[in-house]
Formats: sequence, structure tokens, C-alpha cells
Amino acid sequence: MHWLSTALILLPVGAAVGIWILPLRPFAVGSTALLVALAEVALWIDSVARFDFSKPGLQLDQQTSWFSDLHVSYHVGLYGFSLWLVGMTVVVMAAAIAYAFWAGRDRPRAYYGLMLMLTGALVGVFVAQDLLLFYVFWEAMLIPLYVLVGVWGGAGRLRATLVFVIYTMAGSLLMLASIIVLGLSQGTFDLVGSGTNGSDWIFLGFAAAFAVKAPLFPLHAWLPEAYRESSPEVAAVLSGVVSKAAAYGFLRIAISKFPGPTSDFRIPILVLAGCGLIYGSLLAFRAPDLRGVIAYSSLAQLGLITFGLFAVNDLGINGAVLQMVNHGLISATLFLLAGGIERRAATGELARLGGMARGRPALATVLMTTGIIALAVPGSTAFAGEFAILAGVFRTGWAWAVVGCIAIVLAAMYMLRLISAVLHVAPGPSVSEAALDLRPAELGILVPLVACLLVLSAWPAAITDRSFGHSPTRALREVLR
Amino acid sequence: MISTPHVDWFALSPTLALLGAGAVCLLGAVLVPRRARRPFGATVCAFGFAGAIVAAALLYAFSAHGHGVIGDAIQRDRLGALAMMIVAGAGFLAVWVSATEPMSEDHISEYYALLAWAGAGMAFLTTASTLMTLFLGLEWFSISLYVLCAIDAKLAGSLEAGLKYLIVGGFGSAMLLFGSALVYGATGALRFGEIAHAVAVQGLSHDALLVTGLALVIGGLGFKASAAPFHMWTPDVYEGAPTPVTAFMSAATKTAALVLTLRVLVTAFPQEARLWTVAVAVLACASLAVGNLAALVQRGLKRMLAYSSISHAGFMLIAIAANNALGGRALLYYLVPYSAMSVGSFAVIAARERELNAPVTIENLAGFGWERPLLGISLSVFMLGFAGFPFTGGFVGKFYVFAAAYRHGWTWLVIVGVAATAVSLYYYLGVVRALFMRPSEELQLAPVAGGSPPPERLLQTAVTLALAVTVGSFFAVEPLIEGAKHAAGAIF
Repeated sequence: MHWLSTALILLPVGAAVGIWILPLRPFAVGSTALLVALAEVALWIDSVARFDFSKPGLQLDQQTSWFSDLHVSYHVGLYGFSLWLVGMTVVVMAAAIAYAFWAGRDRPRAYYGLMLMLTGALVGVFVAQDLLLFYVFWEAMLIPLYVLVGVWGGAGRLRATLVFVIYTMAGSLLMLASIIVLGLSQGTFDLVGSGTNGSDWIFLGFAAAFAVKAPLFPLHAWLPEAYRESSPEVAAVLSGVVSKAAAYGFLRIAISKFPGPTSDFRIPILVLAGCGLIYGSLLAFRAPDLRGVIAYSSLAQLGLITFGLFAVNDLGINGAVLQMVNHGLISATLFLLAGGIERRAATGELARLGGMARGRPALATVLMTTGIIALAVPGSTAFAGEFAILAGVFRTGWAWAVVGCIAIVLAAMYMLRLISAVLHVAPGPSVSEAALDLRPAELGILVPLVACLLVLSAWPAAITDRSFGHSPTRALREVLR
Repeated sequence: MISTPHVDWFALSPTLALLGAGAVCLLGAVLVPRRARRPFGATVCAFGFAGAIVAAALLYAFSAHGHGVIGDAIQRDRLGALAMMIVAGAGFLAVWVSATEPMSEDHISEYYALLAWAGAGMAFLTTASTLMTLFLGLEWFSISLYVLCAIDAKLAGSLEAGLKYLIVGGFGSAMLLFGSALVYGATGALRFGEIAHAVAVQGLSHDALLVTGLALVIGGLGFKASAAPFHMWTPDVYEGAPTPVTAFMSAATKTAALVLTLRVLVTAFPQEARLWTVAVAVLACASLAVGNLAALVQRGLKRMLAYSSISHAGFMLIAIAANNALGGRALLYYLVPYSAMSVGSFAVIAARERELNAPVTIENLAGFGWERPLLGISLSVFMLGFAGFPFTGGFVGKFYVFAAAYRHGWTWLVIVGVAATAVSLYYYLGVVRALFMRPSEELQLAPVAGGSPPPERLLQTAVTLALAVTVGSFFAVEPLIEGAKHAAGAIF
């Protein structure tokens, strides 16, 4: 029994309720939210300090019965890999809240309350160790997202939220049916030590939910609009963290609880992931605006992560976990940068941007560094993740690795296109001379994110050696089922 | 000389509390000065419902072993007691919503008297254990509701609603009565237990008379529960009736009708289970389909919620169709948050109606969420609860219903329920969208009197209470389900 996992959920949720109830002034609300987000990061650091990375099992866990007749319990706890994902979540959420505080948002009490609520729900997804509890948090993250995009989004927000919610709920409800069937047939809803299941249908129910949320090709129709219409920090959370919840679900439930169906459906899923990888990269290369590039690159990256997961070997899964953290940080940084650029140029269209490097060294440096890491130059943490994934998937079949390599080349193309379209070439019509460089506050938000990426670049083994105790496949066999 | 049976007054106490409150309200019509009639009626009625809740709670505590009382005409058990608590709770909230409803002063005392008596009829109905008391209870509350629907004669549609309800409801009652007669003809018994016994002993399970009677009884109860295809009256009546009455009806009538359906089917027709489980499952699917699809195209909020209540009848019928202890538990649990959400959302609609002096539609909800955050957030939570989102009891209720269907071996019914939930999201989230995501400038309507809307503390308290129950039932599943388990244990 340990309180830390619970505290990681309750701190932001409690703060959200407090913000809603107490009549604070706008500035006080924003700063409270930011402080709570930073306290959440501190809590996470505390749990890293208490975590024993040599053990593969569940740690810092807590279990209380919720309703006993169907054996549903409040069971939370952390594995090595979920600890890293929680860390990525709290860091990105802190950055997103800081960005919103800096940019200023209407109706701050509602806004920051929802952001904190979202933080709690996301952390909950990563720490829940009971199927129903997992579902509760999974759905709970949808409500704040729905409102955050629907109220504070752009002009097309109503349509974007509608499509987003219908897609994700269709997937989620199939998962609910699967959860009920699985939980009742095995007599408990607990995720730890409840054994494996061989039913293809139950597996597909879970896979549908994760595939929509990730998203996997061809279930990505909600993605471009949702990413374009939301405010930059919400887009950062959507692509950085929410998509990782889906990848986590694949790993924690689909792959670990259904070894049989996983191998049955491995080829179709790898094909879909490959399609998404190539298709997303091509679209990212052709996208006319900043958000489009980042959104479709997100689709491609999720395809790559799925590659790694469904390689179902040590290298692939280790690489996938590292890449989840990488991509979370990278896409959050890029979306926040895109937000900054859009504020300066009042547009995200690449054709109207350009030449922003001149006289704006900080912007150029941050964008360049993030972009270079994103396109996986050797030595970067993304390179480490992608290399491990490709090496892992190579063991499944060389053709998959070829697909992955093509995608990495494409990634270089679209990232470089993005960088040069914003920073280099002739100054675009929307870029005025007066547009400022990144302000100190913006740097204060972005530099920590980039610093995390640089630290991981120097030491990717921090994650790959500390996610599963010894080896992922062994953890899958012994601990996670 | 007719020998009178021993009367267990305690078993009747919730009903009597409400009857008494109604009588006092009616006396108020002549004894209390005109101006004080409204507060007097509301207070007495509220105390009546509160007394009924307390009495039902005591009854629950002291009726661990269910048994027939008053010549076995009614059953004193925890199933009835729990259902009475839900009915009385819904009535209690409805009184708070009514208290500030701008109704004419002419019939205000009668209004509260009828409200209490309708509650009394429902409380009585949930304990009925013979076909005779079943019909008596049903007519008792129905007649009160017919009048309540039509009581505000100045309200457009109110008279029409009352008349429609009277005619269609009368048809339903006739069906039920005819079915009861056929069942009695086939078995020669009125008491539920004796019917089951007669069917078993005389081998009547394939008797045409009995099966027809059973079908008619299910149909008659389907009218009251507004299950498709017996739902035609629901949208018009819900729309036309004064909103507090709609609030009460949607929660309490459904509770009484569904609990009684469960009781009569399980205790009187266990041998026919193979038939009625399928029949009820078909009704459930029809209700889910009709309710959800029709709700998609509604613009009027009361009409939309009427269709939504049809679809929820469908969900609860799934629990009955499961015919197992888990199903009983699911039904009784589901009714708690469902009633709270129903009363609560109609209360919010009532508040908006008073502001606009016009029927509430999706369009004229625009911006309401920001203008009155408490009501706006509450209505959103009720909608999310109806849609089965977590952090509301609606989620746990749906989970239990589906679990019961799965345990019965009907995975297909789970899939139907899940599909229906997916469809329902569109219109439930549409309300949230109207509340918060569309600027109020789109709406060219000013509040009637101008200035800020009336504070309406009573109504807000009722909404807050409903909100507390909706959210609280998500966290306090264990005690509620434990209560539901004991209640369902009375018949399973």
C-alpha cells in the first residue's frame, strides 16, 4: 500500500474542484493551476526516487474494494514503463498549463479546472490496475478534452469535437463491452495476475478503442480537424499524451492479456501501422500548414510505435516505450512552438511564413533543435527509439524494417520542409519585421521540454533499461498478465 | 359478516404518510388564507414525502424477511421499501421544483394533494402482490397523474397532455385488467405466489389463456413504463404537462412500473421465464431503438428527454430480461441515479422556461451554461450521466445492466445496449454543446422581466441535491448495491 499513485491522481483533480468552487481572481487561478502542475512534477520525481527499477512488478500500489460483488476495485500502481509515461504526462501538462497561463485564456476558472482534471484522468489511465477503473479514467479524459476543444477552439470547433467524440466513443464502448465480458468471465476486473484470455472478439473490442484513440490508419479521420481547431496547448496534449494512452493500452492490456489473439492479428495490425506510417508521412510532407505537418507526423509516429509494440520482442517494445516518451515531448514542443509562431504571424500556413530565423535566434535554435531530434538524427533520443523499433521489427520480417526506414527518410523530408518553411527562405507575407523573438516566458516553457529531450539523447538507457526490470518479453510473461 | 384481516400499519406507513399529507393539503384549500396556500401546500407535501422516505427506510430496516401482510394483498419486503424510497425521493425533489413554478393560485392546494396521492399510489403499487392490488395501485396513481397533467389549464398543451394521457393510459389499464382476468381465468388465483404455484401444479405453462394474459399484463405495464411500442403518449405528455409534474412522472412512474414489472414477472410467472425474458428483451430493444433514434431529431428539450426516458426504460428492461439476482440489483441501482438525473434535468428546464417564458429548445439553451453555471454544469452532468459517462451513477448503472445481460448469456443484448449508448451520445452531448459552446449572442431572446433571473433558491437546492445523488452514487456504489442486493434478494 502506498499513497503516491493516488496522490498523483488526486492532487490535480482536487485542485480542479477547488478552482471551480473558490471565487479566485483570474491571475490567481492561472498561477494556482501552474503551481499545482509543478507540484505534480515534483510528486512524480519523488515517485522516481522511491521506485526500485530492478524489479519488474507493480510498485507504489494501492488497492481498495469499490464494489465487491463483481470484484471491482480501486487498484492503482506503477510499473517502470508507466512511470516514464506518467512523467512525460506531467511534464507536458505543466508546459501546456504554463503556456495557457502565458497566452491568457477566457473564463480561466473553467479552463484551468478542466486542464487539471485532464491531468488527473491521464495519470489515472497510466496507473489504473483494474479494468473498470482504467475505463473510468479513459472516458474521464474525453470530457475535459471535449469541452476544451469545443469552447476554446477555433472556428470549426463544433464539427471537430463532434467527429472526435463520435469516433472515440464508438471505440470506447466496444471496449466497455469487452471489459464486461472479460471481467465477468474471469471473475475479477483486476489487471494484475488475472491471467490471459484467448478470445479474438474481446481482443478486437480493446484494439478498436486503442486504434481510434492512437489513431491507427484508417481510423484517423478525427485527427486533422481536432489538432487544427484546438488551442496549441490542447493540441500538444492531444498528440503528445492522449495518443500515448492508446499505445499504453495496447501494451498493458491488448498485448499482455491476449498473447494468442495478438499473434493472430499481428500481421493485419502491422499492415495498418505501416500504412499509417507511410501515409501519415506523405501527408505531413504535403500539408499546407504547421499544425497539419505536426498532426500527420503524429499519425506516422504512432504507426511506428505500434510497429515496435507488435514486434513483441525486447528491442521493439523497449524502443516503443522510449519513442512514446520522445514523441510526447517532441510533439508537445512543436505544437507549443506552432502556437507561438501563429501568434506572431496570425497564420500557420507555410506559404505565408518564412525567414523567421533572421533576428530571432532563440526561436530558430529551439525549433531547429526540436526538429533535428524529431527527424531522428543519429545521437538523438528519437534515433535511439526508432533504431530499436526497427531492429525489433526486423526480427519479425525484413520487409517491415524497410517500410520503417522509408518512413524515416520521409520524416527527414517533412521536418526539414517545416524548418526551412518557417525559418529560412524569404520572409513570408505574414511575417512582419516587428514580430518578436521567443519571450523569456516562452523560453521558460520550451527550454525544459527540449532539455528533457537532450538528456534522453545523452542517456536513452535511462528509459530502455528501466522500464521492465530485466526484459519486456519476460515481464509480459511473468508480471503483466 | 366479512372477517377483516390483520392490518400491518407499519407496512402501509409510507403510503399513509403521503395520503395524510395530501389530505392536509386539501384541507388547506379551505382553511388557509389564499396567499399562504402555496407555501403551506409545498411544505406539507414536502414533509409528507420526507416522512415517506423515513418510513420506507425504517420499513427497509425491519423487513429483512419478506412476507405478505393484510391478507397477503401486499408484500412487506425490502424490494418494496427501496422502491418506495426512490419514489418518495423523486417526489420530494419534485415538490422543491414545484414550489416556485409560476402556476395559477386557483388549484395550488389540489396540485400538492394530487402530487402526494400519486406518490402514495406508487408506493402502494411497488408492494402489490395480487393482481387486484396491482390494478388498484396502478389506477390510483394514474388518475392522480391524469389530473396533474391537465391542472394548469392556462398552459398551452397541458389539457391536451392530460387528455392524451387519460385515453392512452386508460387503454393500457384496460389491457392490464384484461390480461389479469385471463390469468385469473387460467389459474384461478390472484396472488402472485399462488399463480406461480397453480401454473406449476396444473402444468399450465403452455396454456394459451395464461400466455395471452401474461402478454397483456406485460403490455399494460409497458404503457406505464413507457416502453416501446407502448410509448406513444410519452413525448406529448412530457411536453405538455407542467414541468415539475413531468419531472416527477419521469422518475417515479418509471420506478414504480418497472419494479412492479420485475416483481410480477419473477414471482408470478417463473415457469414462463423462457417466454417473458425474450418478450421483455424485445421490448427493451424496441425501446432503445425508438427512444434513441427519435431523440436524435428533437429540438424541444422536454420532448428529447421524453424519448431519452423511453430509451432508459429499454436499458432497465434489459436488467429485468436478465431474470437473475444481478439483474434485480442492476435495476434497483440504476433507478437511483436515473431518478435523480431525470428530476434534476427537468428542474433545470423549468428554470430556463421561467426565464424565457417559452418552451426550452436546444437553440435557446445557447449560453445558459455560462449565465447560470450551477444549473448549466448540473444539466451537463445529468446529460453525461444519461449517456453513461464515468463519475456519474449512470455509468455504474449501465455497467451493471450489461453485466446482468451477459450473465444471463445474452452477449447480443450487451452489444445492442452499447450501440444504443453510442447513438445517444449525439443528442446528450448536443445539449452540453448548446449550453457551453455556442455564444448567447446567437440567441435573440431576452429574459422576460429583464435584469438578472430570479435566484430560486429552492429549485437550485433541488438541482444540487439531484447532482449530489448523481455523482455520489458513482462513488458510493458499495452501500447502494448492498441495499439493492437485499432488495432484489426478496424475490430472487
